[in-house]
Amino acid sequence: MTETLVAPSRKSSAQRFASTLLTSRESAIALVLILVVAFATIKQDKFLVSNDGWRDLLLAPSILLLLAVGQAVVIITRNVDLSVGSILALTAYLTGRLFVDQPNIPVVVVILIGILVGAALGLVNGLLVALGKVPALVITLGTLYVYRGVVLEWAGSNRINASDMPDGFLSLGTKSFLSIPLLTILAVVVLIAVGYYLRTARGGRELYAIGSDPDAAHLYGLKVKRRVIGAFVLCGALAGLAGVVFAARYGSVSSNAGTGIELQAVGAAVIGGVAIFGGSGTVWGAAIGAWLLITINRALPIIGVQDFWQQAVVGVLIIGAIVLDRLLAVRRSRKLIEARDEA
Amino acid sequence: MNTSGPVALQLLQVRKSFGPVVALRSGSLTVNSGSIHALVGENGAGKSTLVKIIAGLYQRDAGEFLLHGESVDFSSTAASKDAGIAVIYQEPTLFPDLSVTENLFMGRQPLGAGRRIDRKAMHAEALSLFQRLGVNLDPRRLAEGLSIADQQIIEIAKAISLDASVLIMDEPTAALSGVEVDRLFAVARSLRDEGRALVFISHRFEEVFALCDMVTVMRDGEYISTDPIAETTSAQIVAKMVGREVGELFPKTPATIGEPVLQVSGLERGGVFHDVSFEVRSGEIVALAGLVGAGRSEIARAVFGVDPYDAGTVMIGGRKVPARNPRAAIRLGMGFVPEDRRQQGLVVDASVAHNVASVIRGKLATLGIVTRTAENKASGPWSARLEVKTNALSMNAATMSGGNQQKVVIAKWLATHPKLLIIDEPTRGIDVGTKAEVHRLISELAGQGMAILMISSELPEVLGMADRVLVVNEGRITADIDRADATPESVMTAATNAGATA
Repeated sequence: MTETLVAPSRKSSAQRFASTLLTSRESAIALVLILVVAFATIKQDKFLVSNDGWRDLLLAPSILLLLAVGQAVVIITRNVDLSVGSILALTAYLTGRLFVDQPNIPVVVVILIGILVGAALGLVNGLLVALGKVPALVITLGTLYVYRGVVLEWAGSNRINASDMPDGFLSLGTKSFLSIPLLTILAVVVLIAVGYYLRTARGGRELYAIGSDPDAAHLYGLKVKRRVIGAFVLCGALAGLAGVVFAARYGSVSSNAGTGIELQAVGAAVIGGVAIFGGSGTVWGAAIGAWLLITINRALPIIGVQDFWQQAVVGVLIIGAIVLDRLLAVRRSRKLIEARDEA
Repeated sequence: MNTSGPVALQLLQVRKSFGPVVALRSGSLTVNSGSIHALVGENGAGKSTLVKIIAGLYQRDAGEFLLHGESVDFSSTAASKDAGIAVIYQEPTLFPDLSVTENLFMGRQPLGAGRRIDRKAMHAEALSLFQRLGVNLDPRRLAEGLSIADQQIIEIAKAISLDASVLIMDEPTAALSGVEVDRLFAVARSLRDEGRALVFISHRFEEVFALCDMVTVMRDGEYISTDPIAETTSAQIVAKMVGREVGELFPKTPATIGEPVLQVSGLERGGVFHDVSFEVRSGEIVALAGLVGAGRSEIARAVFGVDPYDAGTVMIGGRKVPARNPRAAIRLGMGFVPEDRRQQGLVVDASVAHNVASVIRGKLATLGIVTRTAENKASGPWSARLEVKTNALSMNAATMSGGNQQKVVIAKWLATHPKLLIIDEPTRGIDVGTKAEVHRLISELAGQGMAILMISSELPEVLGMADRVLVVNEGRITADIDRADATPESVMTAATNAGATA
């Protein structure tokens, strides 16, 4: 062995990329997704090959995908945001109200308002968590009920119907480009932007550092509070966008829109390999996790699994993902210790 | 040294207290550019507090803090970093989930086009840093699983890459092997020759004398002296470090020392402690002395069965205590008062009675139910005996002073009628007045025939209380000193002398 030289990684960058791709959690989940789609298609070929099947496969996960991306960013900082379902309901109802009260309002303005309101609600979460030093689980559980309460008070038993909203807006939910639904394109663009930021920007890397060891992050002189607040704002903004998308896609909004979807978003992130204790995982994984969750729910009836067991399968998936994480983490740390001893 | 340049860092009569506890009474330190300055003192002398003030982690209550002649006020670690101060802490602080390279450059990664992180440049810089340091470490691997020594190297690489004008190392060598220490010293000297100011905190005098130009001694949160290293000796430094009277603070009751109660032989745990053998007799107070991190608490925790050990046996009154089984240890007559009473010894949100009765709940229960009356009845005599100053047994433990909390924890164990009581840092964070009461209590218990194993970082406490002092140095017992022969010098020498680990 050379004495003073650092042993540089012996692999070329292409090899490294390939091996990361093959062993990554994201690939494993993608493989499961492909298997599920394949099984369902064998059972019933219109699951994939019909026009509707193809469209649903891509369109159905788009709302959860937006939420899972935001959730992943928050979980990476060792926090969690349980209020996204309520934020979604609030902005979805707000979207409808805007069209009812201001019939001539441009669609772009409505989308922007939805995002801004979501961001503001996220800011409330972030401020409470970062400045109040109260665990995010508790704070966002509280705001989950508060935000939902606002919707209930505001909407009452009213319902926004498709006839209340302009066709130009509703067509966003149905239009496609090159046979890919518009909303899916939107979600994927958001995914790529956030994923790119997390990978290549200082701010993005600092989110990982904060989640990995908050005390160390403080000693490094990182702006921990500002970054955590930023993560919550982003998560809220994406939930706000998801609310607008919800209104466009379903064309009807009531006060209970999106109830329980926050847990699906957490589930999607966890299945996709975002460690619940922060510091590791990617939004790509969370996005594939969201896709898998939605697709499995659609595929199980076709494969012939009963209603009751469909929920159980999702549960098993989440527990399986965490157990797998644990096993891999133990293996990884053993390997890393071995690598150290060899060096 | 004549080669040293202008004053880089100067602290004058800096004071810092946390609530009623004064951590730093009057800290002063003057470091020149182009010199390596040693800062020495006993555990708790205020060195780490001083360092944290320089790092911007704490803000001083009073005193002056000058950097390159200008008064500075750091409100955060980022501000101190920006001013060119790099600190390597005793405990490395790395992000385990991120790569070594990312750990080096977090928050100040080299940026390429569009403010994107230039990973190529980052890796190249990491590689060249490691080459300069002569370390064989893959910069792409995760920080998780690295040894303390490797983590320390990363901290040093980080500090060097910051291009800091002032570099502070808080016991950087504690976990390093000989070769690694030599390498670190070579780097430190080259940094000095570049005109940087270095502060080096260490308990190992041979290192201080080998590396440093100046030495400042601190004691009890106060500045004592600064001397050129060439004009002083280690004996003089030790005398200044411990130079206080072991007062009449420690009323030692004479006790008849009887049969061995605790016998530990060949206790071994890889990387933590090695071949630890000793006994504690009834009526005897044995102190485990040594520096923080020497392995004293780890030994005690293993004896009690909280932590595992690889080899060796623990016997109580001739009966073997199974490993990793604190319940069995309690049954055989062991009690353990942990170092961190708020987290490990006390349910602070519960009543005094509840706390005292917590270990013996099983005996108090009638049909599985423990009533408040039963708790009060059982804990009353113990609390009274220890003179726990509370208005009522139902008082919440959280609102009591540190000394009274400690008494409650001790009362809790007395209720189990132990033969042996292990007490880790009995008076940490307790004010001077109450300290004496805790000491008197421990001494009385020994007088009644209990065997006591005490761990303490406070030298006066060790010398004043113990019948026998066992000095632990890097996981081994390096000296077994009788009360008559125990002096600050003999204990400190055994605790700091790395060469004595034979």
